[in-house]
Amino acid sequence: METLKVPTMQEKIANGETPDILFWVGCSGSFDDRAKKITKAIVRILNHVGANFAVLGVEESCTGDPAKRSGNEFLFQMQAMQNITILNGYDVKKIVTGCPHCFNTIKNEYPELGGKYEVIHHTELVQQLINEGKLKVQGGEFKGKKIVFHDPCYLGRANDVYEAPRDVISKLDAELVEMKRSKANGLCCGAGGAQMFKEAEKGNKEVNVERAEEALSHNPDIIAVGCPFCNTMMTDGVKHFNKEDKTKVLDVAELIASANDL
Amino acid sequence: MISSIIFIALLIGSSTFFFINAKKIRRNILLGKDISIKDNKGERLKTMMLVALGQKKMFTRPIPAILHLFLYAAFVITQIELIEIVFDGITGHHRAFRASLGGFYTFMVSFIEILSVLAFIGTVAFLARRNLLKVPRLVKSELNGWPKLDANIILIMEITLICFIFMMNGADEVLYSRGQSHAENLGDGSLGLTISSHLGPLIYGGMPNAGLHVIERIGWWGHIMMVFAFLNYLPKSKHLHVLLAFPNVYFSNLKAKGQFTNLFEVTDVVKPNFDPAYQPVLDPNAVIKFGVKDVTDLTWKNLLDAYSCTECGRCTSACPQNITGKALSPRKIMMDTRDRLEEVGKNIDKNGGTFVDDGKSLLGDYIKHEEIWACNTCNACVQECPVNIDPLAIIVGLRQQLVLEQSSAPNELNGMFSNLENNGAPWQFSPADRANWINEN
Repeated sequence: METLKVPTMQEKIANGETPDILFWVGCSGSFDDRAKKITKAIVRILNHVGANFAVLGVEESCTGDPAKRSGNEFLFQMQAMQNITILNGYDVKKIVTGCPHCFNTIKNEYPELGGKYEVIHHTELVQQLINEGKLKVQGGEFKGKKIVFHDPCYLGRANDVYEAPRDVISKLDAELVEMKRSKANGLCCGAGGAQMFKEAEKGNKEVNVERAEEALSHNPDIIAVGCPFCNTMMTDGVKHFNKEDKTKVLDVAELIASANDL
Repeated sequence: MISSIIFIALLIGSSTFFFINAKKIRRNILLGKDISIKDNKGERLKTMMLVALGQKKMFTRPIPAILHLFLYAAFVITQIELIEIVFDGITGHHRAFRASLGGFYTFMVSFIEILSVLAFIGTVAFLARRNLLKVPRLVKSELNGWPKLDANIILIMEITLICFIFMMNGADEVLYSRGQSHAENLGDGSLGLTISSHLGPLIYGGMPNAGLHVIERIGWWGHIMMVFAFLNYLPKSKHLHVLLAFPNVYFSNLKAKGQFTNLFEVTDVVKPNFDPAYQPVLDPNAVIKFGVKDVTDLTWKNLLDAYSCTECGRCTSACPQNITGKALSPRKIMMDTRDRLEEVGKNIDKNGGTFVDDGKSLLGDYIKHEEIWACNTCNACVQECPVNIDPLAIIVGLRQQLVLEQSSAPNELNGMFSNLENNGAPWQFSPADRANWINEN
């Protein structure tokens, strides 16, 4: 495996280069051991196609999404304006995010606060790369495998991006199965709205168990996701049913990177 | 003559009463904070045509959608026949437009009859869904008491209204065939009504003329009295959606559902820290309240949402937290908002136009913290609503109040906030380690 080339914005600028695209890694992608693998899969794809990109590295900070969803508007706007100051300082034009929550926040809530960028989710980037012929995808190890895709709320309902991840998965020669609750009717994994950071209220079931049960009812080889938080929730849900040997939870970026032996 | 006077008195009385109540609802809605929704008129109109008039979102669940369409079509088209009924009522005519409209008249009244039969089927099916089949979303706990009764009253009123139509038309058909109807006799032997020309003789065929005249009048008066009663029941009922669905969809959010409003009162304070050139707009000495404690902290659009809700529960049946047995129900959020707003409105009426503090608020007395904190902000409720109601906007407003004014977020969230403040991440990691992943294997 080749070593990853991950230039920071600071390095690029110091070398007199202007990156075409900023890869916004996100907190989960930076700190969570499972999510770091997704981050690296995205980088492998970027390296493979020779993309001129950079990350903010230690200059990146939380977009403020969990603060905003839980009602802490002050903290959100502090985070947002701090990030906007840095992004504008580097004259960033285009951003790809590894997380639908970062994607939604930067795309929809930053413009009014002074941060206007073209923002895409990593599944949209992969779709673009395939469509432009820069990335060829073959099924590889996923050929003929049964895959269900779980829509992240902040990619799907929140921003109406339903086809990009499906389009990408369809290139794997796999059997893409739809859950009854999918696309606009998709069921949340249970993490959104800052639920990731707290215990659930009193009830009779965990949301991630409800969702994993639905996904597992199709007996899939893979549950594909496009969000590091969904990934955690679905992985836990699969473990709840002791199905982790049969069914893997993988990000769309990981599917593509693995299929191409990146 | 006497009947014309009674009719005119009822017409004026019920219209005035409706107007007074409608004005109160308008006043209540305008108790909300002012926001301007004047953009994208074309797109708004289009959305209204598709979602409100065209009922686009209903059809994600085809069976109730079709049953509802029967009632909806009958309701809308029947308004045309009402023109004649009101004209007859005022002038003392009987089927005044029949002679002049000819075939078109027969077609319209027959069409309404067919729709009325379909509406009858729909209404009976709806009663069965609520009371016999007990469709889960229609028997949830927030519907206990008045909401359940309200739903059944509406359906029974509709059935009664339809029965009156067929009494009126059926008896009149038999009378007409005997040359005894008060309608102008065109020598055609039948009014030509698709359903009643068969149903009338079947039910009333053996009755004497005097009895038929009584039945016809009971049908005619019963029908119009039901219409007047319905008009005045609307403002007290969830059934108000028949009117408010249209403006509510027109003013609904056209932006991406993930885009939450940025509070300007926060921006105005935070921005100078990052942009020294920025001049704050708001008076620094004014008391600013953050978030939503009571209905008057909501926008008029949130309040219009509450009055437009017909408590169908699609939102709640799609809510991941409700599905898994939590207390949160988006429908209850809307019902509580309306109930509290009605309470505030009555308070204002009682106290000569000003609200006298009753020590209560939407947050706490109606909606509990447990409900608010359960939300995933997943937008499933917003997606589901057939009239584009946004319960999520209210939930987030309530959360803002709890965090910014009352500092009463769950402990774990307070921990997340301090991590975010100190480390720029929701977990306790050092910001200096953020790029460590690059060199890890």
